[in-house]
Amino acid sequence: MKLQEYTSSSHNFEECMKCTVCTAYCPVLQVNPLYPGPKQAGPDGERLRLKDPFFFNYALKYCLNCKRCEVACPSGVKVADLIQAARIKYDNSPVKWRDRMLASTDFMGHLARPFAPVVNAVTGLGVTKTMMDAMFKIDRRRTFPSYSARSFEGWMGRHEKEQAAFPEQVAYFHGCYVNYNNPRLGKDLVKVLNALGVGVQLLEKEKCCGIAMITNGMKTEATKNANHNVKVLSKAVDKGLMVLTTSSTCTLTLRDEYPSLLAVDNSAVRDFVIMATRFIYERLEKGAELHFKPDFHKKVAYHTPCHMEKLGWGVFSEKMLRMIPGVEFTMLDSACCGIAGTYGFKRENYEASQAIGKQLFDQIKTVNPDVVACDCETCKWQIEMSTGYPVTNPISILAEAIETNKD
Amino acid sequence: MKFNTVIIGGGLAGLTAGISLQMAGKSTAIISEGQNALHFFSGSLESMEEAPQRVVDLFAQAGISLHYNPGYRLMPMGTFKKSTLSLEDISLFPETKIGNKALIVSFSGYHDFFCGFLQEGLEKQGVQCRVQLLSLPELEHLEKSPSEMRSVQIARTMDLVWENVVREIRILLRDEDTVILPQVFGLKDTSVLSRIRQGIPAQVVFTGTLPPSVPGIRTQMLLKRRYELLGGTYLMGDQATGAHIHDGSIHSIVTHNLGNHFMEAENFILASGSFFSKGLRSNPFEISEPVFGLDVEQADDRSDWYNPEFMREQPYMKYGVTTDASLHAIKGGEPIKNLFAIGSILGETRPELGTGGGLAIRSALEVADQILKQTAE
Repeated sequence: MKLQEYTSSSHNFEECMKCTVCTAYCPVLQVNPLYPGPKQAGPDGERLRLKDPFFFNYALKYCLNCKRCEVACPSGVKVADLIQAARIKYDNSPVKWRDRMLASTDFMGHLARPFAPVVNAVTGLGVTKTMMDAMFKIDRRRTFPSYSARSFEGWMGRHEKEQAAFPEQVAYFHGCYVNYNNPRLGKDLVKVLNALGVGVQLLEKEKCCGIAMITNGMKTEATKNANHNVKVLSKAVDKGLMVLTTSSTCTLTLRDEYPSLLAVDNSAVRDFVIMATRFIYERLEKGAELHFKPDFHKKVAYHTPCHMEKLGWGVFSEKMLRMIPGVEFTMLDSACCGIAGTYGFKRENYEASQAIGKQLFDQIKTVNPDVVACDCETCKWQIEMSTGYPVTNPISILAEAIETNKD
Repeated sequence: MKFNTVIIGGGLAGLTAGISLQMAGKSTAIISEGQNALHFFSGSLESMEEAPQRVVDLFAQAGISLHYNPGYRLMPMGTFKKSTLSLEDISLFPETKIGNKALIVSFSGYHDFFCGFLQEGLEKQGVQCRVQLLSLPELEHLEKSPSEMRSVQIARTMDLVWENVVREIRILLRDEDTVILPQVFGLKDTSVLSRIRQGIPAQVVFTGTLPPSVPGIRTQMLLKRRYELLGGTYLMGDQATGAHIHDGSIHSIVTHNLGNHFMEAENFILASGSFFSKGLRSNPFEISEPVFGLDVEQADDRSDWYNPEFMREQPYMKYGVTTDASLHAIKGGEPIKNLFAIGSILGETRPELGTGGGLAIRSALEVADQILKQTAE
């Protein structure tokens, strides 16, 4: 019986039976002929790489890490993990300044925040975009996310006492985006949770989850962040707290990428890190009540981010949104928007990125919603830039739909 | 989450059951671990000898047109196979004969369609064949990565440029009465199939390629879309890992992604497929069903599982979970009251329901009817 345990392979690659189903669902393969495709880049290539690292193919950098190959695989092969693990192991080329800059969301946010109005104005200028394109190969056609002048952590600091007064407590891993770009989302989560009788506290100084570092070849930095985050998550979990999140990618990274790509043991905290939409849906399902505004009405189209698809939790966001009276709900077809974090910002990927997203953009224009709901910040930037429709986290839609004592 | 019925397996059987129940107003969820056997679908449903109008209607509402026409279809080796109910991609002939002269057309650089085999097989039967490989500029980008020049990638391009193929074939065609093409057309829009047939002044026959199957992926997409439009919850890429059983009936299912959030329901349907889909597992000592630990029909001695002559019929292919007459799954000799088994996980334990696609659909409809009758009573 042990025989089969002993023959298990890393990321399950020997389970591949060459059925090619993954290649039918790879969004990159459809638009970029330079990419060898998930089967070739993953399990097929792995056999060769194990023989001789010479066979490592630098075209693996075109992988979006969207994980759609893994979701489609009937044999349980961790195709995308295989590809990312191979990049970490074999790609020793120095990390470009541009990639380092894009990947250091925490550091960049820290630098930009105090000068937010200036930074936002400057990054919006054509001349700045042309310069960034020429100097760093960051595509000039991109719209940059704007920075917020006041951080979410600062706001939470001012509301610490008031939050601590709630009998029930949760911790919140807000991520770089909420802290530096969109504190509004964090405040919306606090509003909803407070309405459910739950107080929110921060972790003891979280760091960026590190996903952009992983995909940009900065393994050392990513591992450092992972170890730090597992430590602060453990402290919260030891206090008996659940840790909620509002970003699907941060969540997947904290739960699954740490052990599988960075070999950081998170087994003590993994099950306690969940998306806020799941937490709230479960409360409402058990009978918790929120006071909804009687005149709320919104046509909402929900886009499941790739990493939400991989987590398998899109259903919680969907069902939570459907519970809001006045929400007219449409589920968009499962498709990648093309941005994949820092991928779409790079000049060499811009065209592929927009071509991948086209199917989704076209569908959004047909549905013509008031708002697109989505649990991922980079999908938000991509969809807003490419369709002109506003994109909001499901939590913010719920926050807008409820009445609280403070309103 | 609570549903009327939770279905494990999102292939032909699971989707047929799910659609039927949703149409009758029952809430259902499907848990699907990866994609399914529809990706290898031949385009013909076996064991459907009686004209099953109900199946034709069910598929038509999903935008899939089936035709019933007992006869023979052309196989990729140039041989023929008996078929009845088929997708519109498939031509059904009254006898094992397609014509006198055939033009076989494929694409240069495409290795998943074997014109040579087809030619040899047909010539043995006296059909004169000519093979032509098209080089279309629109396919050049695919040739850059030859390992990925597969049916689905070609089909995506063909959705846009099929008219060019028709034009090329009209030029190439001499006195052939039949044109044979690989099944790489109509992935998004099936009307392309009839428009190609109209555009070429000869009989057009689409023939199977190596996987993935383009007609199969289209069928999967349309059935899933129909299921979701009816309000069904399809959990893609999730795996049922265990169940809570009380007093001989299932209370809830545990899944890999949802962890401690259980899937509760009144009825459960196991449509998780055979060995390939991991509905059945084997190790050197036994064949087992991994979610519920159901009884699986099998020979006691492992050497009886297989025939050492590879091309002979293999006994293990017939193994499946055992059920009572109304398809309740059996565990430890006792039927579980609210768990049904359908599709290829039955193996050949229920020969009256046929094999392959027919087994999937017939068992799915039978169980859906039972669930609806139960609640009506």
